[in-house]
Amino acid sequence: MIFKLAFRNISRNPRRTGITVSAILFAVMSAVFMNSMERGTWDRLIDNIVSFHSGHIQIHAKKYWEEQSLDYSFEWTEALNKSISNINKIKAIAPRIEGFALAYNYSDTSSKGVLLVGTDPEKENNMSGLENRVCKGAYFNKEDKAVLMAEGLAKQLKILPGDTLTLISQGYHGANAAGRYPVKGIVSFGSPELNKQLVYLPLKEAQYFFDAEGLISSAVVSIENRLFLKPVLKNIKAELDSSKFEVMGWDEIMPELVQAKEMDELGNYLPLGILYVVISFGIFGTIIMMTKERQYEFAVLTAIGMSRFRLAMTVWLETVFLGMIGVSGGILISLVPVGYFHFNPINMGEQYSETFEKFGMDPLMPTSLAPDLFYVQAIIVFIITSVLALYPIVNILRLKPVEAMKS
Amino acid sequence: MKKVIITEDILKVYNPKTIPVYALRHVDLEIESGEFTAIVGPSGSGKTTLLNIIGGLDSPSGGKVWVNGQEITAMTDSELINFRKDNIGFVFQAYNLIPVLTAKENIEFVMLLQHRSKAERAQRVKELLIAVGLEDKQNSRPAQLSGGQQQRVAVARALAASPAFILADEPTANLDSKSASNLLDIMLDMNFNEGVTFVFSTHDQRVIDRARRVITLVDGLVDSDVRRPPIYLPLNNPL
Ligand SMILES: Nc1ncnc2c1ncn2[C@@H]1O[C@H](COP(=O)(O)OP(=O)(O)O)[C@@H](O)[C@H]1O
Ligand SMILES: [Mg+2]
Repeated sequence: MIFKLAFRNISRNPRRTGITVSAILFAVMSAVFMNSMERGTWDRLIDNIVSFHSGHIQIHAKKYWEEQSLDYSFEWTEALNKSISNINKIKAIAPRIEGFALAYNYSDTSSKGVLLVGTDPEKENNMSGLENRVCKGAYFNKEDKAVLMAEGLAKQLKILPGDTLTLISQGYHGANAAGRYPVKGIVSFGSPELNKQLVYLPLKEAQYFFDAEGLISSAVVSIENRLFLKPVLKNIKAELDSSKFEVMGWDEIMPELVQAKEMDELGNYLPLGILYVVISFGIFGTIIMMTKERQYEFAVLTAIGMSRFRLAMTVWLETVFLGMIGVSGGILISLVPVGYFHFNPINMGEQYSETFEKFGMDPLMPTSLAPDLFYVQAIIVFIITSVLALYPIVNILRLKPVEAMKS
Repeated sequence: MKKVIITEDILKVYNPKTIPVYALRHVDLEIESGEFTAIVGPSGSGKTTLLNIIGGLDSPSGGKVWVNGQEITAMTDSELINFRKDNIGFVFQAYNLIPVLTAKENIEFVMLLQHRSKAERAQRVKELLIAVGLEDKQNSRPAQLSGGQQQRVAVARALAASPAFILADEPTANLDSKSASNLLDIMLDMNFNEGVTFVFSTHDQRVIDRARRVITLVDGLVDSDVRRPPIYLPLNNPL
């Protein structure tokens, strides 16, 4: 009966209901669309950055991340590799040994600090598609004693494929590390950061270089979809001895990326917050009007024996229903542009292409279809309407029938 | 006869601290089951105040009220609401009905609050619609009914819960004389045939003429209390 009353009351004043519902609908639609654009663009950016180098998840020996030293390396055994590979949703695992080194071009006497990455050519390619990034020369293979180097770095050192690169570093437990390697290929990266400091060696040769035979500094894991990060992290942790290993997600590896994303989202929250506040005031106005108009009716209902609680419930339901109609409409309508621009991303054009190029991406802004974009709006409207319904509820709890009927 | 309403020394003072208005003074009344009582008196004499206090919608400044043997002046707000639902039927001057419910649903509403079975509700709604002569209007909303028809639905609704009595504050005040007389016929009929107790206020002489007991208030005091045979019998009285 409460439901029937609530529904009938909603259809009682179609004009007012229409205005209220359209206002909510408009807010929800705008919020979903704006957030979806934002999220989709960031998702794409993060996927890109993660796929360049860091991977979704990294496994290190305990304390490696804090110390960033080869002294915290570990043995990547076949058993270990197998137990992790068996976890669901994992796409690829690349064992790496990484360390900073000084790179020289003797013929030019120039030098640069570089990040030397020893990796398994095949597994690295599965992980990050490194082979596709080769722009000059060729990709390396397992047994090569040759390096690949990033394009920017090669330019600075004036090195071409076939030239020789000299590397000097500190190896495992302070051992001296030095070597001369022919450059087999040049790889190009979107990220300028990576483009001016990456040098790759096949894993085996790098281990020899660092005097760390059989050891790696990190196992880099990529998963099928960023959304599975949490469960996969949990499953990996369950496989490993937590006193010996640390397992980190991309958000821990690149906290500055998460921060940038959050800052950007804040920029969306402000206008959306204002929109919701404005709409809330509008709805509040109609709720006050409705409450005033129905004083007599409320009085009659309590007079004939409807408990205040039930009456309050009816009015609350009415308000929340109204909100939910608006939300449903807003979500349904927003699905059209959100769905369209998901599959046909907006092209930001020339003007933005430079910014995007930094990250090696086309200037496209796809929308995201993540379910939380939609139901979070439903929750927000539910909370707003529930709070606004407090006004008639308090009015009903305090109502004095005799006085209410005088008006 | 069973006493359904007893008031003892009722006092009602409005604005006691500023300019006190003595709306009721020392009102002692007893109303028996089956009576058909009109409360009359000039405007401002305290009729509405008295009905509100008897119905538990308002509380007196002094004195006590018993309804069906229970002291309603000692009840809490929620006890009172619940008590009203099962014991007292109300008919107000106008706008009695829930606008979004049909005539039938309005009558059924109180029985829903009482958790009566579907079959019982359907049966009673049907009887009441026949009793007030509105079977053909059962699916109309209040806005589609005339004032007189709305008041008839209100009487049916008041009766639906099978209360001890029905309180009606100037039920005919907004009706033309034909509708007023028609409503009174129905009330008299229910009183005569089914023993429904009515207490209503009015200042319409034609209505007063047809009451069996007339209590006159003047300045919040009971000026006279007369029991008498009706002057006019209801039109469809079988006698
Ligand atoms: N809420 C109130 N505040 C102050 N005075 C009131 C209030 N309600 C009624 N009165 C006064 O009480 C007296 C009785 O009013 P009421 O019971 O409405 O009389 P009636 O129904 O016979 O016209 C009147 O003098 C009226 O002005
Ligand atoms: Mg009055």
